[in-house]
Amino acid sequence: MQLGRAARWVLGGVTAVVLALIYLPLGVVFLNSISTSESLSWPPPGFTLEWWGRALQSEGALHALGTSVLVALVASAIALVLGTLAAMALSRHRFFGKESVNLLIVLPIALPGIVTGIALNNAFRTIVGVQLGVWTLIVAHATFCIVTVYNNAFARLNASGTRLEEASMDLGAGLFTTFRLVTFPRLKSALLAGGLLAFALSFDEIIVTTFTAGPGVTTLPLWILQNMFRPNQAPVVAVIAVILAVVSVVPLAIAQRLTAKDAQAVSR
Amino acid sequence: MTTHRVSAFLAPRRRLRLAGLLTAPVLWLGLVYVVALSALLVTAFWTVDELTGQVQIEWTTENVVEVVTEALYRTVTLRTLGIAALVTVIDVLIAVPVAFFMAKVAGPRLRHLLVIAVLAPLWASYLVKVYSWRALLSSDGIIEWVLSPFGLHTPGYGIIGVVLALSYLWLPYVIMPIYAGFDRVPDRLLEASADLGGRGWRTLTAVVLPMIRPAIIAGSIFAFSLSLGDYITTGIVGGTTQMLGNLVYTNVGAANNLPLAAAISLIPIGIILVYLAAVRRTGALRSL
Repeated sequence: MQLGRAARWVLGGVTAVVLALIYLPLGVVFLNSISTSESLSWPPPGFTLEWWGRALQSEGALHALGTSVLVALVASAIALVLGTLAAMALSRHRFFGKESVNLLIVLPIALPGIVTGIALNNAFRTIVGVQLGVWTLIVAHATFCIVTVYNNAFARLNASGTRLEEASMDLGAGLFTTFRLVTFPRLKSALLAGGLLAFALSFDEIIVTTFTAGPGVTTLPLWILQNMFRPNQAPVVAVIAVILAVVSVVPLAIAQRLTAKDAQAVSR
Repeated sequence: MTTHRVSAFLAPRRRLRLAGLLTAPVLWLGLVYVVALSALLVTAFWTVDELTGQVQIEWTTENVVEVVTEALYRTVTLRTLGIAALVTVIDVLIAVPVAFFMAKVAGPRLRHLLVIAVLAPLWASYLVKVYSWRALLSSDGIIEWVLSPFGLHTPGYGIIGVVLALSYLWLPYVIMPIYAGFDRVPDRLLEASADLGGRGWRTLTAVVLPMIRPAIIAGSIFAFSLSLGDYITTGIVGGTTQMLGNLVYTNVGAANNLPLAAAISLIPIGIILVYLAAVRRTGALRSL
């Protein structure tokens, strides 16, 4: 696009300032994790590594981390299957009620978390009559994760068209062979991106979680909520947050690289 | 060999294949979500036994009437709508230039870095980010420290704090769909516009903006609906400010009045459904 040098610099400047603002609170969290002040007063009175040592030995945090990973993995797996099926149905078929199915997929994320939370809580306890536990949590998370997988898969299926699939069928490959050898390889990176988003969404969710986790189930966000306002624990919570943000860069970078490459290849 | 037979059987039968694809997701969403949501809506028309605290199946419009007529709910609804709208506008205004720079100005290497830089904060716990805003806004926090030499003060905990924290939290969710929207605008179109004499501004308003409108709306759905139901951020940086989410939460928890909570939930559900219906035609739901 024909942009003046000045316009480019202004846009670059705005982006730089916004990124700086995005990272300012995260920087404050990092400082809190090594500050001797427990209440996060500014400027920090001194520095210590005590909180890092405590965080790495905190049994509650590690256990909660395990629960969160388990819930996020299973919920994303369910969302991957259901989201892919729905995306294939809606991108490759015309049918009555298509818009409603689309709305149905979007609704669990579009409605406020507290509505989804109390609705599922009520349904689990009174309609189904089960005790809240880790499974009710997984079912709840999978429900609002479907949309992220669906959107990624749907966009990719639409972009890649049906010509190659038709060619494969014309050459005698069956439905499943065509899916395995033609559709899936082109869909793979979109599914990875969608799955990763679903994982992140589930991993960090707190509101629906509050209402659908059983009494003995503590995910990392629940643990953080319980510990955030305790005087000795706040800096430990900060350590956990820093670790999560740093560790997350690796899968993000991989997914970003894969999808960018594939999206280019597919739309060519 | 059986997969071959299934495949040969299904290949000419489109309807059956469609049914095979749709059954599982529609059953899941129907059984888990639609049933739960309908049950909640029905509960709004029931009542709670004052002695035992149990929900009683006794039809009444009392809760809904209370929510519609009492001033408290009107005030809180307007406040919540105002906050959600303000957060949405702030985020879109920030996201459009940033996303444009990422998609159309930055080179491929810088673009990858920027996407990661924008997405990474999503993984640093929501709660911790809100908590860090509590620290930023506090009277011995960094905002006060920066502003006090100029005779200014931190806004402290209140509506401004809530708007700042919510705008901060949802910004990546707004940037990403708008970035994807800009990315889908082919460079050829921009070149064609330039060849036909369109200057930068003209190209932007006549070619680019109409094409990314669905993406902007998709981003706005995130910011708007996530703000509309929030009660945790309000609790941490809002001081005594109450939003609709807080009223629902109090009635489920402390007040133990699920029917009234369900009746209050009708407000955000109604607002979101109207919003979704209004934007459905733009194709924005597919850009979420």
